[in-house]
Amino acid sequence: MQDGNRVKSPFNGKKFTKETLVYLLLAFWALINLFPVYWMFTFSLKSNNEIFGENVIGLPKEWLWSNYSKALQVGNIGRYFLNSVIIAVVTIALVMAVALMATFALTRFMWKGRKMMNDFFMLGLTIPIHASIVPIYVTLSKLHMLSTYSSLIIPYAAFSLAMAILICTGFMQEIPIELDEAACIDGCGTWRIFFKIIVPLMKPAVATVSIYTFLQCWNELMFANIFVSDKAHKTLPVGVQALSGQYLTEWGPVGAAMVLATFPMLVFYIFFSKKIQDSFIAGAVKG
Amino acid sequence: MGFPERTAFFKGNGYMKKLYSNKLTTFLFLLPALILFIGILVAPIFMSGYYSLFDWKGYGPKTFIGLDNYKELFTSENIGFMKAFGNACLLAVLSVLLQLPLALFLALLLGSGRKGERGFLSIYFMPVLISTVVIGQLWLKIYNPSYGVLNVALRALGLDNLTRLWLGDEKTALWAAFVPTLWQYVGYHMLLLYAGIKSVPPEYREAAMIDGANESQVNRFIVLPYIKPILRISTIFAVTGSFKSFDLIYVLTNGGPNHSTEVPSTLMISMLFLRNRYGMGSAIAFVLILLCFAAALIINFIFKEREGKPKCKTETE
Repeated sequence: MQDGNRVKSPFNGKKFTKETLVYLLLAFWALINLFPVYWMFTFSLKSNNEIFGENVIGLPKEWLWSNYSKALQVGNIGRYFLNSVIIAVVTIALVMAVALMATFALTRFMWKGRKMMNDFFMLGLTIPIHASIVPIYVTLSKLHMLSTYSSLIIPYAAFSLAMAILICTGFMQEIPIELDEAACIDGCGTWRIFFKIIVPLMKPAVATVSIYTFLQCWNELMFANIFVSDKAHKTLPVGVQALSGQYLTEWGPVGAAMVLATFPMLVFYIFFSKKIQDSFIAGAVKG
Repeated sequence: MGFPERTAFFKGNGYMKKLYSNKLTTFLFLLPALILFIGILVAPIFMSGYYSLFDWKGYGPKTFIGLDNYKELFTSENIGFMKAFGNACLLAVLSVLLQLPLALFLALLLGSGRKGERGFLSIYFMPVLISTVVIGQLWLKIYNPSYGVLNVALRALGLDNLTRLWLGDEKTALWAAFVPTLWQYVGYHMLLLYAGIKSVPPEYREAAMIDGANESQVNRFIVLPYIKPILRISTIFAVTGSFKSFDLIYVLTNGGPNHSTEVPSTLMISMLFLRNRYGMGSAIAFVLILLCFAAALIINFIFKEREGKPKCKTETE
C-alpha cells in the first residue's frame, strides 16, 4: 500500500522535469513532421525572390495565387486530380463488391478447404507489386490496354483484395447467424440474404476498406508511372512529378501542385483521423 | 484466424443448411475474387519466373538461356545488383535499428496516457498519408544545394563548411536519400505499436503499479511482451518495405549519382524500360519476391524462438 501511495503522488521536482523533457521531445518530433508541410504551403504562394533568399521560411509577403493557376493550366493538375479520383472510386467499388462476395463464401458457406482458401487469399498481403510488373505490362500492351483507366484499376483492385477480405472477414463474423436463419424462414435464398441482410450490415467494413484502398491507389507511383503515358489518363503523383521536371527553376507552381494534391487529403484527415488510423491498424494487427 | 465451425450454428434448420452447402453458389461467390487474384497476383509470379529464363527485349523472339540471367545478376559488376542489394540491406538494417526503436519510443511515450496524446499521434502519422512524390519533391527542395532549407540554415549558423551537394555527392547521396524514407514511415510503425500498447488491459498496468513498478518497468515487463506480435509485424513490414523501396529513391535520385543510391527496384525499372532487358528485369523481380518471403519467414522464426522462453507476462499475472 505504501508503494501505491508513492506512485500516486508524482508531483515532486524530479518527475516534473522529466515530464517537461518528454513534452519537449514530443513537440520537437511534431515540429519535424509539420515543418515540411508548412514550408510547402508557404512556398506555394511565394515568388522565386522570396523562396530563394529574401524570405525562405516565413509566411509569404505577397500571396502569389498565380502559382496555382500555373499549376492548373500548364501543369494540367485539375485533370490529373480528376483521373486520380475516378481511378480511386472505381477501384474501391470493384474491391468492395469482389471482397464482400468472397468473404460471404468464406464465412457463411460450408465447404471443405474454406480455411485453405482463406490462407491462399492472405498470401496476397505479402506479395510485392514488383512481382507482377513485367507480366502485367506485357499483357496490357498485347491487349492494347496501356494508358487506360482499367490498366490501373484492375491491378490496384487485385493488390487491395487480400486486405479487403481480411477486414471484411472480421466484420462479417460478427453478424449473428440468427439473422440468416430468420431470413431463411421468410423464404429468402442465398443471394437475397447476401444483398438484403449481409451487405447493409457491412457499412463499417465498407468505410474501413474504402479508406485503405483509397490511400493505396491515390499515392501509388510505380504502376501509374509505367502503365499510363498519355496526358488524358495520368494520375496526380505522376503529374506532380512531371510538373516539377518542367519547372526546375521555378518552385512556386510546383509547390502549388503539391498543395493541390495534398490539401484534400489533409482536410479529410483532420475530420476523420481516428477512422483513417483505424483502417491502417485493422489490417496489420489482425494479419 | 478464428474460423468457427459453422455446423454448430445451423441447429435444426435443414433448409438453411442446404442453402449454405450449395457448391455452385459457393463457387459463384468466390469466382470474381479468384479471377482477380490469380490473374493479377499469382499467375504473374510464375510468368516472371518463366520470363527470367530468357533473353528477351519485350517484343520479338525469346531466346532460352536457362539461369544465365541469375548468374549475371549475382556476378556482373556491370549490372550492379549486389551493390543495389547491399543498399537495400543497409536500409533494412537502419529501419530496424533506428526507425523501429524511435517509433516504439514515441508509441510508449504516447501510450502511457499523456495529455494531448491523440493530437501528437495524428501529427506523427500525417506523413504516411502524403503522397511519396510530394514528400520526395519536398525533400529535393530541402536538400537543394543553393536554395534548400538545409544548406540555408547551415549558412545562417555560420557552418558553411558543412554544406553539401547532399543528393549530388556520391558520399552523401545514399544517406540523404534514406533519411526521408526512414522519416516518412516512423509514424506508421508508431501507430501500429500504439494500438498494441492501448490494447494492454489496464488491470495489468495497475497491478504492476501497485507492486511498485515505475513507468519504464511497466513498459519493459508488461507492455513489451504483450505487443510482441505487433513488433513482429512491424519488423516484417520494415524489412520487406526496405527491400521493395522505390518511390522516394526514384523521385530523389533515381539511383544516381553514378548508381550510388541504386536499390533493386530502381535497377529493375531501368533494366526494363531503359535497357529493354525484360528477362533480366524479371529475374530481379523474382529475386525480390523470394527475398521478401524469406525475410518474412526468418523474422517469424526469430520471434517464435524468443516466444519459447518463459514470458515475463506470465510472471506478473
